[in-house]
Amino acid sequence: MNRKHETDQEIERGKIGAFVDWVNADSPDIPAEIEYEHEEHHGEHHEEHHEEKTPQAQIRQERKVVSWMYRGGSLVCGLLLVAILLFTVQALPRFGEREVPAFNEVSQRYLEEGLTETGAVNVVAGIILDYRAFDTLGESMVLFTGSIAVIFLLTQLSKKAEGEEDGSKKCVESLPAQVIIRMVFPIVLLYGIYVVFNGHISPGGGFSGGTILGAGLILCHLAFGEAYTSRFVTVKRCTGVMSVALLTYIAMKTYSILTGANHIESGIPLGTPGSIFSSGLIFPLNICVGLVVACTIFAVYSLFTNWKAREK
Amino acid sequence: MEEAMGNLFDNYYEMAAVILFVIGFLSLLLQKNLIKKIIGLNIMDTAVFLFLAAKGYVAGGLSPIIRNGVTDAKLYINPLPSGLVLTGIVVSVSVTAFFLALTLRLYQQYHTLDIDGIVLKAAQTHKHKDCHKQEERDE
Repeated sequence: MNRKHETDQEIERGKIGAFVDWVNADSPDIPAEIEYEHEEHHGEHHEEHHEEKTPQAQIRQERKVVSWMYRGGSLVCGLLLVAILLFTVQALPRFGEREVPAFNEVSQRYLEEGLTETGAVNVVAGIILDYRAFDTLGESMVLFTGSIAVIFLLTQLSKKAEGEEDGSKKCVESLPAQVIIRMVFPIVLLYGIYVVFNGHISPGGGFSGGTILGAGLILCHLAFGEAYTSRFVTVKRCTGVMSVALLTYIAMKTYSILTGANHIESGIPLGTPGSIFSSGLIFPLNICVGLVVACTIFAVYSLFTNWKAREK
Repeated sequence: MEEAMGNLFDNYYEMAAVILFVIGFLSLLLQKNLIKKIIGLNIMDTAVFLFLAAKGYVAGGLSPIIRNGVTDAKLYINPLPSGLVLTGIVVSVSVTAFFLALTLRLYQQYHTLDIDGIVLKAAQTHKHKDCHKQEERDE
């Protein structure tokens, strides 16, 4: 009785009301299966439903209209957006031109004074880890917060899954994959460490090197399973390493900002440009960032693979 | 015609970025599968990165790594957009991981990735709960 009353109200409110309900996720009480069945046989049953004119059929009809309106509206929005943005693009300066407003005195100064002020041959590393180091701290914080959120959302599930599985570990368990990954794994890790350590003198840095390290750990996890990787890296250790790396980053940058802002000599040697131990704090900062990135990627991956759908 | 087009076909990277952005935006609006929505969001991110990287390029410029101590700004490309793209990539990775975790939780709750199915099931459970509350109050 109650439900019928509701559906009658729904019809009175008409299409706009149905749309409002749909937006508010307060849809009429139709099971999902019926809805989709109706969609599939739309062509055949169209007439029948029209003749029947039961309240439910009418609601379905209205919902269909609203959904087509939504699709058409979003297509129109997309085309409008393309038109506006292309109009902007044709007014932009030509691709590859030097005299553009974006190449202003800031970029020029970074290029001309960057080497003497930061000691980093790689100007981008100098920008993100010296001039704009505060911004990079925020980035690392975003990564840290993201992985913490994933851990909060998924650890409960993984614990349950472990209990259900009774210790049977998921992995590829193919001999060729294991042999090849056993050979490749140290090389991948070494390459990641190389990219992190050479962040200030060659392309690369903490973010790309950290990603390579994380990918190497994921490879190992894929081939040998949780039982093997948990010997040297677990989610818990990952969060520990991330916290320590972030705190080290904050400590180093606080020191350099305090001394630099007060015109005090920081006492950190810049070294000769081009050698590994040069460019002051950029080298240790790169290592911190690389650790954060590698741990985030591995923690997120291992949480996702541990996840198992709950039995119905 | 030539004037009306402006620099549209010289800026083909930017054009591709715009089209990619709208493809991502439309898949965000039109796809019903949550995973496909996340993929659309990532396509939008990539379009923005492509746009920024294209705007930083200077014809004939070298990558911004100082060679032989030559610090003439005219030799290199603009280093700032590269740094900004780096920031963007990191944020996009974290947001994607967060969204995927949320999607897994939704799947665990409702056993579907279809956004309309989730909405329907959520509405049903809500009504169920409301009915129960009503009954309890009546009693």
